[in-house]
Amino acid sequence: MNVIPLGAFELSLASLLVLLLAWLSFRTRLEIEKPLLIAALRTTVQLSLIGVVLNTVFASVNFWLVMLVWVVMLTAAGYEVMARQKVRVKGPGRFFIGASSMLVSSFSIMVLILALVIKVEPWYSPRYAIPILGMLLGNTMNGIALAMNTFSSLAWNRRAMIEQRLALGQTAIAAVEDIWRESVRTGLIPIINSMAAAGLVSLPGMMTGQILAGNTATDAVRYQILIMFMISSGTGFGVILSLWLMRRRMFDGRSRLRMRDSFHVS
Amino acid sequence: MAKSNADASRIAMNGLIVDQLRFMHRGPYSFGIPSSSVFGLSGSSGSGKTLMLRAISDLDPYTGRISLNGIDCQSLSGPEWRQKVAWLPAESLWWHETVGAHFWKRPSLEWFNELGFGEEVTQWEISRLSTGEKQRLAILRLLQHHPAALLLDEPTASLDKNNIAVVEKFILKYLSDCQGLAVWVSHDSGQLDRVAACHYAMQLDGSLRQLR
Repeated sequence: MNVIPLGAFELSLASLLVLLLAWLSFRTRLEIEKPLLIAALRTTVQLSLIGVVLNTVFASVNFWLVMLVWVVMLTAAGYEVMARQKVRVKGPGRFFIGASSMLVSSFSIMVLILALVIKVEPWYSPRYAIPILGMLLGNTMNGIALAMNTFSSLAWNRRAMIEQRLALGQTAIAAVEDIWRESVRTGLIPIINSMAAAGLVSLPGMMTGQILAGNTATDAVRYQILIMFMISSGTGFGVILSLWLMRRRMFDGRSRLRMRDSFHVS
Repeated sequence: MAKSNADASRIAMNGLIVDQLRFMHRGPYSFGIPSSSVFGLSGSSGSGKTLMLRAISDLDPYTGRISLNGIDCQSLSGPEWRQKVAWLPAESLWWHETVGAHFWKRPSLEWFNELGFGEEVTQWEISRLSTGEKQRLAILRLLQHHPAALLLDEPTASLDKNNIAVVEKFILKYLSDCQGLAVWVSHDSGQLDRVAACHYAMQLDGSLRQLR
């Protein structure tokens, strides 16, 4: 069984809905029509391109080609995380804190799952490796971006308060304890919510795709549970790692708050 | 002769010693404050009094040497030093809902009473405190670790006349009980006459001039 193919005409019908929304936004001065249309255009172009790329990569099971796709994905995710920060670390850390956290969390979890759980041969088979990293990155990226943005913004706004806690002899860790907790929670709440709602409210995208492609629902469900566990753990570890790296930049070796030296408002 | 030399070095080591202190393009400052004494400091706003207190409590980077009773600042971690050399900012900030949550070592009831509070003050909500109440509680909060040096940034600026006297008396009693010392910043030279052994003014160019 195969998916009913969609042509350009069917897609343009669907695009009318987006155009209608943009028109509504324009008329009621919501001022969201421009970002909406740009994002819709980006989705079309980026996905069309990746379709062509993936066909090539799937055709040849070449490790270096797969590696190249991973690196591009990770770099894009790193930039996306950086772009979502209002208060950014100065210097290359503004990119590398997010990117390295995603590398460590998403990448290692992907390798673990491919090699030990799915046991696909070879472990880097692009048909598995690329979509799985894509799903992992897409979700950890959201969590990490949310958590980092919360952490740096709160620390920036409450820097006088953090300093007073330091002045009372608290350690750096204790002085940002509540901000830390709030940021980890902010990063993890979306994935916790979607795990809680899965099956009842929403059928996750991957599962829907598998069912549309003709797989049995039970097979699709098992993959989806696996993916949910990977995403939530990857997001959690990635969030903690990124906040840990960020906290190291907030304080110097004498546990002094260095917000103004190490961060700036973009 | 040898004995008196040893005495001199012991005396020199006691108290807070600030030697060639530079921070944020200011200084150098060199002075010593013996134990059980108060160093009065005044000066117009913007002259850098607060910056100096921040540097001495190691909240801002500095060069030079600071030591307290012979212990060099750099030989302790930042938090350990700040537990001994405690800075009281001009305006206190609070981060928990209740007063009590800010105290990890509950002060004695006697201390609460001396500053005009009953035991129930720990249950009070921060949002309902007046500025003056916050200031008096900030002093109690500062003393949790029993610091040997206090860096007081206009500690009575938000208080009425009655409470000014109460707080002066309380701090002086604390200092004499634990042989502590203090830098006391105030715009009121009458107050510095009452509490401080000496009075320096920070000039706009950042230099210190002894008034008394």
